[in-house]
Amino acid sequence: MTVWQSVLIIIGMFAVTFGVRFVLFARADKVVMPAFIERALKFVPVAVLTAIITPMILMPNQHMDLSLSNPCLLGAFAAFIVGIWRQQQLLTILVGVLVFFVAKYGFSL
Amino acid sequence: MNTMQDMRRGAVASIPMIIGGIPFGLLFGSLASSYGLSPWFAVAMSAVVFAGSAQFVALGLIALHAPIWVIVSTTFIVNLRHLLYAADLVKFVKHLPMPMRVIMGFGLIDETYAAVRPMYEVGAADEKNGHKVYLGSFLSFYVMWNVTTILGVLSGELIPGMSEWGLEFAMVATFIGIITPYLKHRAFWLCLLSAGVSSILLSGLPNNLGLLVSAVIGVVMGFVSDSSSKTISDSDDSIQEVSK
Repeated sequence: MTVWQSVLIIIGMFAVTFGVRFVLFARADKVVMPAFIERALKFVPVAVLTAIITPMILMPNQHMDLSLSNPCLLGAFAAFIVGIWRQQQLLTILVGVLVFFVAKYGFSL
Repeated sequence: MNTMQDMRRGAVASIPMIIGGIPFGLLFGSLASSYGLSPWFAVAMSAVVFAGSAQFVALGLIALHAPIWVIVSTTFIVNLRHLLYAADLVKFVKHLPMPMRVIMGFGLIDETYAAVRPMYEVGAADEKNGHKVYLGSFLSFYVMWNVTTILGVLSGELIPGMSEWGLEFAMVATFIGIITPYLKHRAFWLCLLSAGVSSILLSGLPNNLGLLVSAVIGVVMGFVSDSSSKTISDSDDSIQEVSK
């Protein structure tokens, strides 16, 4: 790969990445979101974060693993239960990570 | 509260996700050098593009000798979900001066959105300090991503097998901690289930398209459920209550 190609790739990737992130911010003071869009957007955090992590949890090696030997599944399940029950983010993270690492390494020590 | 304190709160809220991102930065740098790419290329990409998953996809395409327009348009598709974040954040940034909006746009990644967005919900961030909290999260990620990329480039063998440790699970657990307080209303459950199921069913689609489509399905299902329910205002109230 030539230097020019490298530079073009980086500039191109920057342009589309920054463009997607910035285009709405650029006109933010003029943009008025219709009320129904505003109501739909409140589902963005749950929808996107769920779509990101579900395959990481259920398909840690690119194929479905619903067995108890899948530490991601156990850790995520524990975090989910604690999250629903106690609603404390730090506790949720700690319990989830702890269960994950015990499931991953605990029995091999 | 002063600027440093606001920035620190943004950084602290991002710590688990920063830890989860470390192996990916190291992996990106070491992969780039193992593909024989110039060290500066990987470092410049992390500094200028700053988009984790898109950077990995680009490496794969470069290894396949894909043409530049394919690499760039794939990057566009992989990052399209950030448009949803920006749409959601518009109401919190519209009063800010343009240079600040430029910086915030550059730093709009999954983790910073995930860390900062709920803080607006509970009043931990508002019009006055929200952008400072955001900067704290973004800058701490930016430093981590660039430092780990450089370390990875310098030595792929720095910490052998670190990417196998499972540190990225910290990010999964953090996202779960962010999601669960929303689940006080049927519409959010439906949103979660539909996005989760479709992300599995569509996981075979190329270029993260499954992720994007699933996210849109989740938003639409939540919205439809919300609209068909009589207690729309209740659902808003319940989010507020829960988050406190």
